[in-house]
Amino acid sequence: MNRRGVGYGLLLALLLVAPYAVYPVLVMKILCFALFACAFNLLIGYTGLLSFGHAVFLGTAGYVAGHSIKVWGFPPELGLIFAALTAAALGWVIGSLAIRRSGIYFAMITLALAQLMYFVFLQVPFTGGEDGLQGVPRGKLLGFIDLTDDLNLYYFVLAIFVFGFWLINRTIHSPFGQVLKAIRENEARAISLGYDVAKYKLLAFVLSAGLAGLAGATKTLVFRFATLTDAHWHTSGEVVLMTLLGGMGTVFGPVAGAATIVTLQNELADKVGSLVTVIMGAIFVFCVLVFRRGIVGELGALYKKMTGAR
Amino acid sequence: MSEIFGIPIQAFMGQLMLGLVNGSFYAMLSLGLAVIFGMLNIINFSHGALYMMGAFLAWMGLEYLGIGYWPALLLVPLVVGLFGIVVERSMLQWLYKLDHLYGLLLTFGLALMLEGLFTNIYGVSGQPYTIPEELSGAFNLGFMFLPKYRAWVIVASLGVCFATWFMIEKTRLGANLRAATENPQLTQAFGINVPLLVMLTYGFGAALAGFAGVLAAPVIQVSPLMGSHLIITVFAVVVIGGMGSILGSIITGLGLGVIEGLTRVFYPEASATVVFIIMAIVLMLRPAGLFGKEK
Amino acid sequence: MKRKLLNAAIAALLIPAASIAFAQAKPAAVKISDGTVKIGVLTDMSGVYSDLGGQGSVTAARMAVDDYVAQHKPKFKVEMVYADHQNKADVGSNKVREWYDTQGVDMVTDVLNSGVALAVAKVTQEKNRIMINAGAASTRLTNEDCSPNTVHYVYDTYALAQGAKAVTKAGGDTWFFLTADYAFGTSLQADASKAVEAAGGKVLGAVRHPLNASDFSSFLLQAQASKAKVVGLANAGGDTINAIKAANEFGLTKKQSLMGLLTTIVDIHALGLATTQGMMFTEGFYWNLNDDTRAWSRRFFEKHKKMPSMLQAGTYSAVTTYLKAVQAAGTDEASAVMKKLKELPINDFFAKNGMIRIDGRMVHDMYLVQVKKPAESKEPWDYYNIKAVIPGNEAYQSLSLSRCPLVKK
Repeated sequence: MNRRGVGYGLLLALLLVAPYAVYPVLVMKILCFALFACAFNLLIGYTGLLSFGHAVFLGTAGYVAGHSIKVWGFPPELGLIFAALTAAALGWVIGSLAIRRSGIYFAMITLALAQLMYFVFLQVPFTGGEDGLQGVPRGKLLGFIDLTDDLNLYYFVLAIFVFGFWLINRTIHSPFGQVLKAIRENEARAISLGYDVAKYKLLAFVLSAGLAGLAGATKTLVFRFATLTDAHWHTSGEVVLMTLLGGMGTVFGPVAGAATIVTLQNELADKVGSLVTVIMGAIFVFCVLVFRRGIVGELGALYKKMTGAR
Repeated sequence: MSEIFGIPIQAFMGQLMLGLVNGSFYAMLSLGLAVIFGMLNIINFSHGALYMMGAFLAWMGLEYLGIGYWPALLLVPLVVGLFGIVVERSMLQWLYKLDHLYGLLLTFGLALMLEGLFTNIYGVSGQPYTIPEELSGAFNLGFMFLPKYRAWVIVASLGVCFATWFMIEKTRLGANLRAATENPQLTQAFGINVPLLVMLTYGFGAALAGFAGVLAAPVIQVSPLMGSHLIITVFAVVVIGGMGSILGSIITGLGLGVIEGLTRVFYPEASATVVFIIMAIVLMLRPAGLFGKEK
Repeated sequence: MKRKLLNAAIAALLIPAASIAFAQAKPAAVKISDGTVKIGVLTDMSGVYSDLGGQGSVTAARMAVDDYVAQHKPKFKVEMVYADHQNKADVGSNKVREWYDTQGVDMVTDVLNSGVALAVAKVTQEKNRIMINAGAASTRLTNEDCSPNTVHYVYDTYALAQGAKAVTKAGGDTWFFLTADYAFGTSLQADASKAVEAAGGKVLGAVRHPLNASDFSSFLLQAQASKAKVVGLANAGGDTINAIKAANEFGLTKKQSLMGLLTTIVDIHALGLATTQGMMFTEGFYWNLNDDTRAWSRRFFEKHKKMPSMLQAGTYSAVTTYLKAVQAAGTDEASAVMKKLKELPINDFFAKNGMIRIDGRMVHDMYLVQVKKPAESKEPWDYYNIKAVIPGNEAYQSLSLSRCPLVKK
């Protein structure tokens, strides 16, 4: 317990000083994807549901936040909340269809429904199609904090991330989270104990969708645009990769994974030319074959081994 | 002129025919997925990439080695099947004891790698592959000019689908296969080499995708992205049909091709989404899929 | 890693300050920030547009820099960086922001993919640098989203649609459109329809197909049934390629002609002449136009093993034009360079008497081309007959119709 507390403190301290050492916009992007991956991890790591269409929540919320702030003139905080709620509502619709099947079917259904929404976004006028929804103003938080300043925005994004991270951890360690874990371990037994498994799964799905939406909305605020890429199935694949690489079912894993992948994409952009896709695919294969515990999982195992040997 | 819903009956029949052509591709691909799923319990995400690879190998054979369409139709599925066997032996076989989701993730990574490699070498706009001489031209069916090659696609794919069904349902090998699917331990105890069967099954599924790729090469530009455009729709087809039966996935594939074709006439705006909408409806009414069994 | 970035950031802050001090000490010297003009090529190297720009654009830009340095021996150093935006607007805009802030990049070029281009335009304006866009198609760059820091150099959807006018006048006066069902396709169709009607033609109908439809036979049957003389393809890339392929297979091209609204030499090369012969479309550049274009294109071919697309040729021209403007302005400060860019006429192998307008649009002649029959083609890549030259002021949307706030009416 104490060890984890030290971990939290260290991470927070690191994030507080990060914008002075690294490019703030890049760190903000990492935070957005880290929150996205944490939300995804709530499903795969703690409920055992693999959603292969999670990008749809990131994308939807991005568009909703962008549209409500730019066209309807919502203040940023209201735009974010509204977008997250919309994503949660969409999560309820998609979730209630998808939980009718489990395992691999669940993955395929979420993927197909996300693809459906992708085509909708491509066609409806307000998203700007492949041009994207551009020029979203960052505005003033609560009417007086100017978010056009990168540092102000950074601490706002950090606050959102900490909130999301806290909420997920709170959920995992609550009685509700314990039931989710029970479902992951043995669904039949959870049912026989009298739990309404479908309801629990759906609730977890909605929560995860809402938080993924919060990440997407925040991303729109950071970059001032929302584009189709965020709703594309490649992004769904990326979040799976982040979580897998960082460590499924670990608290810090998705954060580590997101930081690695986003940095890698940024760094590789001017180095390997057209090989980016191949490299991402290779990391996937490598993780599945020999690195299933992920970065954080392996580190944890190493730590246990060392302390155990003493 | 007689009409159906404001569309001349000729045009209607023509569209029906074209829908059937597309349905043949859906049928072949979803059949491959179903065969692999039945035996290995994994969803082969790289199925689209294998289909793309089949088309590319056909093109490469012609370009570099002068191998024509007909030999390619036989050779390419063999090569793709062999590739599948290598993948199964070197990677997939280590994952059977784990959660089935890892198989999905592994094949997803493989798909990305294959797509990336072909893009890197050949670029994205693709390569042309001409229709073989014997099959160029068109049949006059009265209500439409059906290009001979499209007719051939229907015949060839139905033939392959039927052969697969026959092999699995009516032969000794198929019986072993079905037994191994039901209860691998017991089948192994009867002296049947189950790992060998598993390996061959994956190779066979891959070969089916490769065959579909060669069939598609003359009608669709051979491009690294051709597989990923198709695979998600095929997944939806699989969910609609349920992966319980061989015949089921063939019929679902053909049927959805036809429905999609008709959507292109009556409401083209929805032609990309209609399969997914049907999937949602089927899930509400019959979660196990049209031909699936609740487990 | 972090320390490296920190050092870079400090250097980026200090060096301009030092060089300004230096420049003030010697007023005759050219006022170039850190003594170097740095050009960034942002392109798609791995995705759907990588054949159109990609590595070829990087090669073209590199040639432009080398040629300029060799010919003009400028007093400033010229450097070049490039990056792959992977068709992700966030990766693209982040990279460009980093270039501007930490690497002292003065100008970015290529920037294909409209979504990325619009995002980069915003960053460029915020940081007061220059984007000379050679790759994106959207007219939004010089209309709603125009900026004093953007030049749109090679083509846009409006110009590509203007070839329809010449085709209509030549007798192709009834039209049917195959339109990609998203903003890009519908705006192409709208512009082309206007051009057809202005020339006295008639649009009989249109059918919308989804992105990446791969099978076009059903839509083509509908086009065939319309009996229109010309079938306009309001789509791009893989969709155009597959539509042409199917049109050929179903014998549509025997009675009707095809007009591409965003077709390039890359598509023709991918399909071959046998499939594409007789098809018409608008191009901003063709390598086999005259001795100048041939001379440059052959040099490009030596390096890239493919003839240039209009984007790649345009990238070369854009880099050269930019460097000339820097030389003329005596500084790399964006507004001064932009002033020169908009003053100097552009005359090179790519454009004759090209002008950059107040809205950032580079206006130059476009070409209506028809694909040769296989027998007419004398050498590899000999693909087009030029049917008409569309003068720049007719090809591009007139300023009186502009929705750009920079244009005072």
